[in-house]
Amino acid sequence: MINFQYLRTTTAKSALTLLQKDKNAKFLGGGTNLIDLMKRGVTAPEKLIDINHVPLKQIELVGSKIHIGAMATNTAVAEHPLIQEKLPLLSWALNAGASAQLRNVATVGGNMMQRTRCGYFYDTEMPCNKREAGSGCGAIDGFNRMHAIFGTSDKCIAVHPSDMCIALVALDAEVVLATPKGERKILFKDFHRLAGDTPQLDNNLKADEMIVRVEVPLNNFAKNAYYLKVRDRASYAFALVSVAAGLELQGNKIVNVRLAMGGVAHKPWRLTSAEDFLKGKEATTENFEQAAKLSMTGAKGFGENDFKLTLAPNTIIEALNLAKSKA
Amino acid sequence: MQSSDNKKNSGDSRRDFLKKSSLITAVALTPAVAMKAAESQADERFAALFEKIPLNITVNNKAYKASIEPRVSLLDYLREELHLTGTKKGCDHGQCGACTVHVDGARVNSCLSLAVMNEGKKITTIEGLAKGEELHPMQQAFIKHDGFQCGYCTSGQIMSAVACVREGHANSRAEISEYMSGNICRCGAYPNIVDAIVEVKEGGANV
Repeated sequence: MINFQYLRTTTAKSALTLLQKDKNAKFLGGGTNLIDLMKRGVTAPEKLIDINHVPLKQIELVGSKIHIGAMATNTAVAEHPLIQEKLPLLSWALNAGASAQLRNVATVGGNMMQRTRCGYFYDTEMPCNKREAGSGCGAIDGFNRMHAIFGTSDKCIAVHPSDMCIALVALDAEVVLATPKGERKILFKDFHRLAGDTPQLDNNLKADEMIVRVEVPLNNFAKNAYYLKVRDRASYAFALVSVAAGLELQGNKIVNVRLAMGGVAHKPWRLTSAEDFLKGKEATTENFEQAAKLSMTGAKGFGENDFKLTLAPNTIIEALNLAKSKA
Repeated sequence: MQSSDNKKNSGDSRRDFLKKSSLITAVALTPAVAMKAAESQADERFAALFEKIPLNITVNNKAYKASIEPRVSLLDYLREELHLTGTKKGCDHGQCGACTVHVDGARVNSCLSLAVMNEGKKITTIEGLAKGEELHPMQQAFIKHDGFQCGYCTSGQIMSAVACVREGHANSRAEISEYMSGNICRCGAYPNIVDAIVEVKEGGANV
């Protein structure tokens, strides 16, 4: 690993000041992704600002929203009674990701910032527009079994790797950022980006900004929710396809519904057309099938990942059925 | 062309020059940079490029003071500096769990943690589990149930298993498998590992 300058800070304000001083600095949270990328030479920041002592670990109900600090660990969030009671979908998604060891140190902010696991991104001998703009994409005509089927570009077909973010986008979360001009808030669905012509950018966080917390509005999906992750191993593997499903039912009628998919796009993929279709309808397998079909509009395989064109709708239907039968 | 470049460099500030310079130059210039940082109001601990960072850490109830490059992983610090080689380097990328240790009681992959991130922390490694000559109940159970073959993953498995029981995630074989999934065993001793954990959990021993 190329050596770097190491700084430690205990306040968000000084963390931000330090970041603004140096464009080649990066924040260090749990480090489970960043340190790995540095070991592989994918990234080589000149400075790491250790923010593990910045007091942003709160998990609390504020008015009608649950605030989750950027430095709360994945374990702390997944096991918090408030999250398990009010946002079980988030808890399940977190526990579907990584391993107990990684979740113990990985943070909410770091989870949002983690890079794709595309093999071409990790292999510095290979072309990758995300790692090195303009070098090409090895995956489009290469090994692309894990890759995207939605929102792809001719520059990049990598997928966003998080499970937590799939639940958060489904739950209409918001992200609070500290900026030089004070705080700004953006919708979680607008935090991550599609690859387009700038696959090097995973998200809309600016270079001088810091994730402070995530806010999740209370909802009525706790009773009928499910996070279904389909992967190559029973545990501790990235998703081939995952679906976060939340249903608000009156009898068998769908009053409200949330659906988002992971493993299929460069960002957490919210299924709004399926949601719109299902609202007000009966929670039947036939309607779930129709919703799944609608969700696949515009999907495109790249060879090795063609199976996702079948797996994705099947996972949507299964997740909805499992969410429904939870009650 | 070359001479004008040289001239340009000579006009750079010491700070700019430091960023562009080689390792040796960076070390030579450290004091000036350190002073500059000390002037700022930020409550930061400062280290110049390639400077070693002071580290206070407790490993297996023994306090250590060290001076260490920030890029050194906790795993390498334990193995190479403290010669505690019970903790194994498997993949070195957080994929296998062989390097699992406890940091303030929580299991972590020591390969993906920088030693300097563990300032003031209490680390327990496999060497710290037994009480003198008396093996930890989990170590005894692994032997009894043949929870290993080649043994390379074993210290990580045992550290993870102890944490799994302490966390309350050992209530069924399925739950144990799920919460032990961060520890890979290429010999495939999984059923026996689960047997060992079940026994320790059901035995109610103080782990």
